[in-house]
Amino acid sequence: MMKKILAKSYLYLLLLVLYAPIAIIILFSFTNSKSIGDWRGFSLDLYANMFTGQAAHSTTIARAVVNTLVIAVAAAAISTLLGTIAAVGIFNMRNRNLRQAIQFTNNIPMINPDIITGISLFLLFVSIGISGGYITVTLAHVAFCTPYVVLNVMPRLARMNPNIYEAALDLGATPMTAFRKVIIPEIKPGMVSGFLLSFTLSIDDFAVTLFTKGSNGLETLSTYIYADARKGGLTPELRCLAAVIFLTVLVLLLVFNRRSNRLAKQ
Amino acid sequence: MDLQKFVAKRSNWTIPYALFLAFFVVLPLILIGVYAFRNTEGSFTLQNFTRFFTQSEALNTFIYSVGIALITTLLCILFGYPAAYILSNAELTRGRTLILLFILPMWINVLMRSLATVALFDFMHLKLGEGALIFGLCYDFLPFMIYPIYNTIQKIDKSYIEAAQDLGATRLQVFLKVIWPLSIPGIVSGIMMVFLPTISTFAISEILTLNNKRLFGSIIQDNMMMSDTMNYGAALSLIMLIIIAVTSFATRTQNDNDLNDGGLI
Repeated sequence: MMKKILAKSYLYLLLLVLYAPIAIIILFSFTNSKSIGDWRGFSLDLYANMFTGQAAHSTTIARAVVNTLVIAVAAAAISTLLGTIAAVGIFNMRNRNLRQAIQFTNNIPMINPDIITGISLFLLFVSIGISGGYITVTLAHVAFCTPYVVLNVMPRLARMNPNIYEAALDLGATPMTAFRKVIIPEIKPGMVSGFLLSFTLSIDDFAVTLFTKGSNGLETLSTYIYADARKGGLTPELRCLAAVIFLTVLVLLLVFNRRSNRLAKQ
Repeated sequence: MDLQKFVAKRSNWTIPYALFLAFFVVLPLILIGVYAFRNTEGSFTLQNFTRFFTQSEALNTFIYSVGIALITTLLCILFGYPAAYILSNAELTRGRTLILLFILPMWINVLMRSLATVALFDFMHLKLGEGALIFGLCYDFLPFMIYPIYNTIQKIDKSYIEAAQDLGATRLQVFLKVIWPLSIPGIVSGIMMVFLPTISTFAISEILTLNNKRLFGSIIQDNMMMSDTMNYGAALSLIMLIIIAVTSFATRTQNDNDLNDGGLI
């Protein structure tokens, strides 16, 4: 009994340490004070500043939010398309060595620290002379998101009964129709999980974006925060931004987790 | 007609992604190697590497980073192992909510988590510096240690534990002779996920120490961002890449299992 209480309190203590900083940021985003720890009563001023243009950088913040979302949607959509097609291809490969080579390469972006992914893509874009912008950042995000789509779609393919596809062909469906009517419905849950995961990874990314965004002034939320934090400390409005990002990521992940739990139960 | 046949063969569907991987994953990594052995004029040189070993700044930072990474990894094992062990006890945790709460911070980017650490230190009126750096790194990477250890302990066949108990082992003996040895693969994965990223960390150290202490990742970034030191930056990245390749090859079997069970969250 005593042991149980000790064990449980250890877990809760650790959770407290893990979440306290996040809670402090969120708490102090609701008061109009220069520094954290100085509570000046409840107020939504900082949020208002962020969106209405009172803060010095509010237009940049708004633009950074838009950039982040546009890139995340584009990268997630492209990754899902590319990854799904690839998963079907890999699943049907007969050549074992080739198949292993592709799967090995697919793992590289997941194992590499993001600074290496960022630098390697930066060198690629420099070598072929493309200056950084939306396109380079989106391509870079596709590069590290697609492996997760492949990994989410493959298990669905493995669980499928291959005879259904053959049956569709025997009944006169063209391969394309059979793919649309038989395979897509089966792997759709994996595709949706892959999309959600890619979207989350993309809005969350910092290092790869920093190296591929170029010098034309493109900022996403995380690179904007970095630039600002580098200048010295946290400007008050950034607390709101951090609070919004924390909550968005947490909600996205909870949705994602409920989905995968439900799918696992099926 | 030929095109239709080509599309109908489903293994051909790998081709677009294979080309994409070749161009956006393999080629860029090769380019790191190419740049590392070149000078600014583009001719072959080993100068970038000799510079690393002779110039004290980068080498010292590298050694300092390894030291900090070792401390961080040890602290993460010290605090993370008991947590993973308790979490894997289904009687205590009931359901996945608790483990989920431990994993969630993994998905918030390190920059945001570091800012949260700064907020905590501000709140408690503590000074930023080396202490904040080590605390921040542990804070950032602890979930990455807990998760793989939890995963391996979970997968231990319960009949081993029962067998040990039947044969008269005490609880301590069960832990030392059964659970601990069987959970070592998880610790190895955890070390991979904490030690290497700590060395290559950038931005975090600048924010947590107000630019006083720098880790290897920051040196790479600084050199990379300026066109006249880009080749030197590439050489430093290549050194990092080789360390990663060697360690992930040495621990390959564990990683394969972790990546393929699909249980990322």
